[in-house]
Amino acid sequence: MLLHLFALLVAATTALLIFAGGLVTSTGSGLSVPDWPNTYGWFMLTFPLDKMVGGIFYEHSHRLVASLVGLLIVTQAAWLWKAEPRHWVRRLGYIAVAAVVTQGILGGITVLWFLPAQISIAHAGLAQLVFCLAVSIALFTSAGWRRGYAGGHTPLDGDRPLQTIAILTTVVVYAQIIAGATMRHTGAGLAIPDFPLVFGSVVPPYWTPAIAIHYAHRVGALVVSACVLGTAGHVLYHHLGRQELRRPSLLLLALLAMQITLGGLTVLSGKHYIINSLHVVTGALVLGTSLVLTLRTCRSRFAVTEAGARDVDTLRESNRAYESSGEWTPTPGVPGARV
Amino acid sequence: MMRRFQVGVVVVALGAGAAACGGGSADDATSAPPAPLMSPVDAATAGNIIGRITFEDTPPQPGVILMDSDPNCVEPGVTATDETLVVGAAGALRNVFVYVKDGLGDLRFPIPSESLLLDQTGCLYAPHVMGAQMGQSLEILNSDPTLHNVHAVPVTNQEFNTGQPLPGMKHTHQFTTSEVMVPFKCDVHPWMFAWVGVVDHPFFAVTGADGSFNLEGLPPGTYTIEAWHESLGAQTQTVTIGEQETGDITFSFQA
Repeated sequence: MLLHLFALLVAATTALLIFAGGLVTSTGSGLSVPDWPNTYGWFMLTFPLDKMVGGIFYEHSHRLVASLVGLLIVTQAAWLWKAEPRHWVRRLGYIAVAAVVTQGILGGITVLWFLPAQISIAHAGLAQLVFCLAVSIALFTSAGWRRGYAGGHTPLDGDRPLQTIAILTTVVVYAQIIAGATMRHTGAGLAIPDFPLVFGSVVPPYWTPAIAIHYAHRVGALVVSACVLGTAGHVLYHHLGRQELRRPSLLLLALLAMQITLGGLTVLSGKHYIINSLHVVTGALVLGTSLVLTLRTCRSRFAVTEAGARDVDTLRESNRAYESSGEWTPTPGVPGARV
Repeated sequence: MMRRFQVGVVVVALGAGAAACGGGSADDATSAPPAPLMSPVDAATAGNIIGRITFEDTPPQPGVILMDSDPNCVEPGVTATDETLVVGAAGALRNVFVYVKDGLGDLRFPIPSESLLLDQTGCLYAPHVMGAQMGQSLEILNSDPTLHNVHAVPVTNQEFNTGQPLPGMKHTHQFTTSEVMVPFKCDVHPWMFAWVGVVDHPFFAVTGADGSFNLEGLPPGTYTIEAWHESLGAQTQTVTIGEQETGDITFSFQA
């Protein structure tokens, strides 16, 4: 339980880090600290607080929060290594460490190479993957996941359409975030200055690379909306009684509405830095929620050694028995238990 | 698996290290042949091109720069104003970079030994617009009790971004390619901008409060003169001067 709470903390802090990163770009502060990993020659953690002025406040704060997230993710991996019986969950913890280290290095390269668009987009894209890893670990360590969401429900194996559209939605949301990052880091955020129309029309009357990128992001928003509505609609129509699916579906719909509103306000406000940054982090929340819904719909596809776990020792013992015998005996009373 | 990851991290880190060495304050060595020591212009026949630059519309009120994000920049009783469009008496347009754009042929000129100074004072770059000869040393000084980053964002020259956390810190740079103009900014203080025109000859000037300029010591010939302003764009004129003659031209900008 404590591990799950800690994983939730990691996920929440990662979302905060994405917001802080959004502030750096939105305020144009990406190069206000020209060196890395130091800050104006100081070791990062000893940089004087009274010198955190102007753009340095945003950039250095981003680095400090990133360091905290890195520390939390390393701690989480150590905790998983110590206490988590499922090897694939432990492995996720190690992958998260590798991802956050790579993310830090990408951030450094971004600064040292003067914010090249490709690296900056990769930095933004990997940030979302780190967040997805954090959300996944929090989900996999939750009591509900470990119980298999027991409640007299039939497994979702038969509802392949739901699993397909949920996976598609998550992939589309991630692609849309990459499109947004491309728009953001190529300076195309205001290439189309009106909203919801496009130069007073539905299709741009003329095209430039910036307009094309911006327009692709808007079209992407429509595709995401269709996918989210399809997934949530399916859940609410066919699985209304399943709390573990209904809740993320409703949250997904609310976040989608908020995200589209923030996107419009970002344009209409001339990219106000707070609105712009909220748009970035809400995109991450849409992705994380869609991922949770997707994983829950695919719950029975996972090896369910965790489902019958009473405690770590019991599970380790059953794992050893399974590995030595090559056969698996489902734990009695565990719904959907299979290899 | 882990070993491959470690190797990957090392490779990426080395790449980052190389970037740090290459992207900072290191000045590039030019591959061009060394500049001559003597000017090729015969002083006995040299002429001048003088002129005045005006703004023909109603000048806008200069905007006030809010420096609240850094308390070190705020001086009681002092109001900093935007230098983007500064118009003086009788429409005199300040901060226009004027230079010989064409007409010097293959003539090459010695690089001045004296350094130029771009100061950061009152959380503004001073001067706001200046010229430099290719290869000439440009010293960028922090005279403020706060930290700045000197961030040059040229197109053809090497970009650099150097931190100056302490007052009195100085960075010296030589541009290796002609470029009109090289923007300078400070990412800590987003209102700070400067423009440096880099040319491969000494015939350039920046208009002062009276909007006038003087390009001295030109050999007789026909020249294309360009006047560049950061918000009003650029204009060119052609002028011919004979031996010891002075050509007089005017530029007039509109909003």
